[in-house]
Amino acid sequence: MAIHIIDRRLNPGGKSLENRQRFLRRAKSLVQGAVKKTSQEREIKDVLEGGEVTIPLDGMHEPRFRREGGTRDMVLPGNKKFIEGDYLQRQGQGSAKDSGPGEGDSEDAFRFVLSRDEFVDLFLDDLELPDLAKRKIAQTESEGIQRAGYTTSGSPANISVSRTVKLALARRIALKRPRKDEVEELEAAIEACTDEDERAELVARLEKLKAKTKRIPFIDPLDIRYRRYEKMPRPVAQAVMFCLMDVSGSMSEHMKDLAKRFYMLLYVFLKRRYKHVEIVFIRHTDRAEEVDEQTFFYGPASGGTLVSSALQAMHEIVRERFNPSDWNIYAAQASDGDNSYSDGELTGLLLTEKILPVCQFFAYLEVGESGGSAFDLSDSSLWTLYERLRNSGAPLSMRKVSERSEIFPVFHDLFQRRETAQEKAAP
Amino acid sequence: MTERLFEGADWDFHTLQRITDACEEVALKDLGLDVYPNQIEVITAEQMLDAYSSVGMPLFYKHWSFGKHFAYHEASYRKGLMGLAYEIVINSSPCISYLMEENTATMQTLVIAHAAFGHNHFFKNNYLFKQWTDAEGILDYLDFAKNYVMQCEERYGRTEVERTLDAAHALMSHGIDRYPGKKQLDLREEEKRAGRRRQHEEEIFNDLWRTVPKGASKARTAISLERRRKLLGLPQENLLYFLEKSAPRLAPWQRELLRIVRHIAQYFYPQSQTKVMNEGTATYVHYRIMSKLHQQGRITDGNFLEFLGSHTNVVFQPEFDDPRFSGFNPYALGFAMMQDIERIVTNPEDEDREWFPDIAGRNDVMGVLRDVWANYRDESFIGQFLSPKLMRHFRMFHLHDDPEERAGIRVDAIHDERGFRRVRRELARQHDVGFIDANIEVVDVDLSGDRRLILHHRVIKGSQLNETDAKRVLQHLADLWTYDVALIEVDANDKVLREYVVSPRPIAAAVA
Repeated sequence: MAIHIIDRRLNPGGKSLENRQRFLRRAKSLVQGAVKKTSQEREIKDVLEGGEVTIPLDGMHEPRFRREGGTRDMVLPGNKKFIEGDYLQRQGQGSAKDSGPGEGDSEDAFRFVLSRDEFVDLFLDDLELPDLAKRKIAQTESEGIQRAGYTTSGSPANISVSRTVKLALARRIALKRPRKDEVEELEAAIEACTDEDERAELVARLEKLKAKTKRIPFIDPLDIRYRRYEKMPRPVAQAVMFCLMDVSGSMSEHMKDLAKRFYMLLYVFLKRRYKHVEIVFIRHTDRAEEVDEQTFFYGPASGGTLVSSALQAMHEIVRERFNPSDWNIYAAQASDGDNSYSDGELTGLLLTEKILPVCQFFAYLEVGESGGSAFDLSDSSLWTLYERLRNSGAPLSMRKVSERSEIFPVFHDLFQRRETAQEKAAP
Repeated sequence: MTERLFEGADWDFHTLQRITDACEEVALKDLGLDVYPNQIEVITAEQMLDAYSSVGMPLFYKHWSFGKHFAYHEASYRKGLMGLAYEIVINSSPCISYLMEENTATMQTLVIAHAAFGHNHFFKNNYLFKQWTDAEGILDYLDFAKNYVMQCEERYGRTEVERTLDAAHALMSHGIDRYPGKKQLDLREEEKRAGRRRQHEEEIFNDLWRTVPKGASKARTAISLERRRKLLGLPQENLLYFLEKSAPRLAPWQRELLRIVRHIAQYFYPQSQTKVMNEGTATYVHYRIMSKLHQQGRITDGNFLEFLGSHTNVVFQPEFDDPRFSGFNPYALGFAMMQDIERIVTNPEDEDREWFPDIAGRNDVMGVLRDVWANYRDESFIGQFLSPKLMRHFRMFHLHDDPEERAGIRVDAIHDERGFRRVRRELARQHDVGFIDANIEVVDVDLSGDRRLILHHRVIKGSQLNETDAKRVLQHLADLWTYDVALIEVDANDKVLREYVVSPRPIAAAVA
């Protein structure tokens, strides 16, 4: 009898992926709730790492007709001392069998693991970028062609001559194909030769060389190489994210931490929407500078506070490096709200004239000390200024935050579907 | 000295081929097994998990519940809470056995002997499988089912299909014919029929008929209960069958979906009734084959010890007060009974001659066993072949737990002269699906009134339905029936214990 042995290991995996997606779609509201809860408990750094979530099984329960209660008979192995007619005490007097309706597995929680992508998807699902239609985001990517090494087959138009010749040369050397000057030398020697015997020997050698030359072609089909091209997604939708932060003495570690969390989420969010996201960190005291991330968050700095300096720096960087027609520009500013009063006018002017017209989105996050509720903060100078601008129609999003746990809601609010955001913006 | 099949733990595909050939030789010549052609497939852990989520079948229609099971298994497997099976075997022709790639050569031999010969023989010869399953057709039928569900999703929307399948799944345990009909199941024919039915519908469709005025409806004569029950084929315990044939407002594709779920439930029905026998057979076969290969010197002593290690784990039966205890292990009980039969046939004691006059001392072990494997299911197998010696060996005792009894749980019988028959009867009953599944039947439909569907649950020994689940299942039932459904729980004296009435949900609400 013929027995078939088949190696299935190389078959494409993920056969149940579709079922999994169906399951997630069905459990969406439950899973989303679980994701939110999990992400609040976690460090924001790991928030988008995926991982285990727990949902109540109740929502995903598959009911069956099940019987319970009544008199039960069972045959068990391992009798040691019982004889017929013995009575065994019930454990915990009946707690085991008086299980009420609804008890049992329906109360259990269902744990499973979400992949990173699934987690992020669910987390950001109902968020949407403002003004999506405006820019190139709709056509997410176009295909470009890029050189990628050489190949042994291809169209004649793509023959790489230099590569082919190089290989041919290597082969000729390896196989010891007679060189042209060798042959010529020999021919000259024959010409010059007078001795018949020697001449015959030389002719024989010449014949040999010629035969070998014939046998080993100058260019063999083996040598031919073609240029290889690969299709590459070309990022059309690219974004730059400006992180502006006040690092003057009045900003505590806690406030910076809040700001950092906010930037991270913004980054992750943009990263999902755009193929290519650049980040520019601008920190400022009474003067602004572009720094790297480490310095941005942890570098020491001191001085007064001039917000306009940061805006000026951002404006210059945009002009130099990020043409607004090629880049989607996002900016998020974090500050404790202090600003020197004399700076207010300049700040307002820069913002409305230079910054906001090129920005997709400008968010201002006012961070406070831990413990102070967002409502208790009396309006700071910067807040007052921005609020005035917003009321006069500038597209600004602004929030106050003082606790870590408030970051998520804020983030959520800020990016909620545009209509609602606008409604909120104009109360 | 015969050549060794393999050395050490490594194997390759040639080794598998040699192993299979060697097992086949023993299985066919020494044991006289009769098997479907074998197909052996090597798979990875991930593919094994995939297979788990679709009840072991290589292909299945798509449904979220399989995704749920996959997520669950994956999570517990990743955490190391759960090991994976060494193999999965499918009752089909050719008989497909999946082997895990990380098994050692010894384990592959064990698994091939177990699945490709033990289970395979059982599938091909046991009367229940012959009666209820169509091994030749099942894979094609599943393929048809998968495509059909997919087409329905395209035509009628995923939500609608999911709703119907959810309902059908909830009723799956009551979508089984328990008594064989006149016809053998032929799944290939089934598949063709579905196609023809659709074609016929399309051919005769003519929108004009809709416009033809209807005559005055015929005067409705009250038909007697008896006549009505006869017309509807009542009482009917196969709820899915009843809905498929009689639910008034189901679309043809919905009926076909119910039919598919019903056929699949039916396909698995014999497996649930023969766990002890099936595993007992396979374990006995792998034990015999492995021992023989060892005797022939085709596996080394070391490898044989490795085999004995895992074999002992498989047939381990914890005692009732052991924390690991979770009921009788079908491998342990099955294997012990098969070996016990071997002992009775070859080397009986007086007690065995008295209890098993038919087989004691007949000396034809395989003849007796093959006959047993072909003609019994768990309940009848235990009921007839569990010997006093084995009951003593397992130290079996019977507990009777009556909640009314204040004194506690009574020990009704133990493994002594007085108790053997009662213990055996009770254990057999524990393996009888007739007692395990709730006995629910459609008894009547209120045709002249509000078309309410009436079901009875015959309560046995005071064990009623779990209320939450029962309501949910009835909700699904009502959604399919599209009128009210009443379930009445009655005891043996026709006394009503509880009554459920559920109305169908409007479709929009049912989606959520």
